[in-house]
Amino acid sequence: MRVEAPGKLLLGLGTGVAFGTLLQKGRVGKYEVIVDQLLLRDGTVAKVMGTAMVVGAVGVQILVQTGHAALDVKPLRVGSILAGAVLFGSGLAVIGYCPGTTLAAVGEGRRDAIAGVLGMLAGAALFVRAYPTIKPALEAGDRGKVTLPKATRTSPWPWIGGMAAVLGIAVAIGSRR
Amino acid sequence: MNILEKLSWSPYVVGAGIGALSWFAFLTGKKPIGITGAFENTAAGLGQRVAPHASGVNAYLAKSEEVPKVDWEWMLAAGVALGSWLSANASGDRHPKRVPDVWANRFGASPKVRDLGAFVGGALMMFGARVAKGCTSGHAISGTQQLAASSWLFSPVMGVTAALVARALFGKGSRRAR
Repeated sequence: MRVEAPGKLLLGLGTGVAFGTLLQKGRVGKYEVIVDQLLLRDGTVAKVMGTAMVVGAVGVQILVQTGHAALDVKPLRVGSILAGAVLFGSGLAVIGYCPGTTLAAVGEGRRDAIAGVLGMLAGAALFVRAYPTIKPALEAGDRGKVTLPKATRTSPWPWIGGMAAVLGIAVAIGSRR
Repeated sequence: MNILEKLSWSPYVVGAGIGALSWFAFLTGKKPIGITGAFENTAAGLGQRVAPHASGVNAYLAKSEEVPKVDWEWMLAAGVALGSWLSANASGDRHPKRVPDVWANRFGASPKVRDLGAFVGGALMMFGARVAKGCTSGHAISGTQQLAASSWLFSPVMGVTAALVARALFGKGSRRAR
């Protein structure tokens, strides 16, 4: 096992503690809240994620354009993204937590989430075992680390503006009900 | 009153906080927030130590760009559990139901059955995450905010699948849980 420098580890831990605190205070480490979102009975998860996406997008774009950060995106491999998304979504509906919120649920004292963490380790081990065999299929049709603005040769700002507008409209509709 | 003693914060405040935290991650960790890569690293690292042959870890290491490591992202994942524990303790939000109502209404109140469901669901979810190279954090938050094409494909497909499967499992006959 390679171990990174202590400063970097401490920074990661601090970022994680802040993330875990936010998830717990946002009530998204709770099975009931996540499954009610999936059944469209509750909008908490959508509100948290929508706001995080827009606020994050503005800041990250500024950091990138001012040279303080570099984009770090996952490659567009349509087959593996679709297969992964379907497997992930199916598993998510059964466990009732996503990977990050499973860890938050463990922190909250949810015993089923501990079984979930063990299951996630088993799933990761299965992936490690299968990887040499499925690697060619995973990497088939790789279009590279492409972003929507790059693919369409547009500025990122209209995209971010669009995201903000959708969020704004959703909040306005949500608050009237 | 200390804000940490509050039971919950507005979802918009939490969302904005997570958004701001991702700037911080980019600026200081030089990486987007993600969770499941650390699980892959841990599984490979455990495989190396515990069962180098049965885990197939050597064939994996020969072909993968990943190396087993304890790094920024690993500590981030550990920190999430710690932060949630601190937050839940500060507000006294510590006694969740052993088996959630929605689950119990459909599959019964047995903790063993619920734990088995969480194990199988977790395994399926993690395998999917590693196939797609990201999860709700890595794709649906960090990837969408960078306008990654992969993440804007992953997130709606994942969300719709999860909603459909949840509807099939719990949609009929389950009471609204409060």
